[in-house]
Amino acid sequence: MADAAPAGPKQVVYCGVCSLPPEYCEFGGTVKKCEEWLKEHHPEMHSKYYSAEAIEQNMSALSVDAQKRAEKDAQKKAAKAATAEARAQEQRATSKVVIKRIERNKRKYVTAVQGLEHFGLDIKKCAKDFGKKFATGSSVTKIPGGGDEITVQGDLSDDILDFILATYKSVPEDNVDCIEDKKKKAAG
Amino acid sequence: MFKKDLTSSSKSKVKSSAQRAIRARILETYPLLEPHIDTILPKKDQLELVKLPDRVSLYTLNNVPLFFQHMDDAILPHLTLVHKYPDCFTRLRIDRGAIRFVLSGATLMAPGLTSPGGRLPGDEQDGEGRYGREELEAGEVVVIEAEGKENACFVGVLKMGTAEMKKVKKGQACEAGHYLGDGLWGLQFG
Repeated sequence: MADAAPAGPKQVVYCGVCSLPPEYCEFGGTVKKCEEWLKEHHPEMHSKYYSAEAIEQNMSALSVDAQKRAEKDAQKKAAKAATAEARAQEQRATSKVVIKRIERNKRKYVTAVQGLEHFGLDIKKCAKDFGKKFATGSSVTKIPGGGDEITVQGDLSDDILDFILATYKSVPEDNVDCIEDKKKKAAG
Repeated sequence: MFKKDLTSSSKSKVKSSAQRAIRARILETYPLLEPHIDTILPKKDQLELVKLPDRVSLYTLNNVPLFFQHMDDAILPHLTLVHKYPDCFTRLRIDRGAIRFVLSGATLMAPGLTSPGGRLPGDEQDGEGRYGREELEAGEVVVIEAEGKENACFVGVLKMGTAEMKKVKKGQACEAGHYLGDGLWGLQFG
């Protein structure tokens, strides 16, 4: 309980897994992972919070009945967190980034990129990056089916493919599709 | 207030006059912050306003969240700020059993504060006066700490005076505010 001296702010370590201060990890639902993380990064804190006597002390503060309930609750929470993570991972595995070349006016093209948001990327930032890299207009536009896509001026599908793979390591190569949109011409 | 995950929308710069007003208001609400205000909110630095759903505005400085405010209600500190300057806020403590409810976004109930593990102002077991001596009125901003933990886990507005709480020992104690792990906590800036 060291009081912060009036001189400066108190530094608080936050868990890299659940983002809470480590002492609250036990309520986060990802206790196992948090514990491992803490052991790796802050061993001295790990021994403080996860020692046998600390756990025992925590337990003794509650009545048996409340303990049981808390445990049940914690289990439920953990299960929920696990399924949520599994789902996110699955989505990451199945979702695709689509790079589409759209013909705008005979020899003019725009390139549309969809699906980057599934890989934890901020598409607004990506659009900015594309624009900077290729020195063209690049914007985030809403698509009729809902959601957003990045529209880059010019035929850049191959370059964008390379750029995405080089810069955003979280996107696996197999999940990027490069297609040419010809339907638009036929329809219009 | 922030039970759901948030998506921050527009970020805009705060006018320097508005910034001065905010600063004055913060000092008025939290006089104890006075010695630190220049570190938290340097006069020259550009404060930014992030609009959140439900008319909540969040003030950030260099992408570090500092305070948030719902319409014109009391201006509340973000928990990261509370963690940095724990001594500058009025604090209460809840018992261990209540932590998990608070962290899942429940309204704070009085028994969590009145039970042996909890601390209200003027508690006999609180030797150093960590939790204050004066009784608090409803409507005051409090930071909630937890039994056996160092850091605060909740920020909110009192719904019931502490004196009444000690008498009644029932009912809602604190309006839903900002708790560890909520949408505001998880919000990413960049």
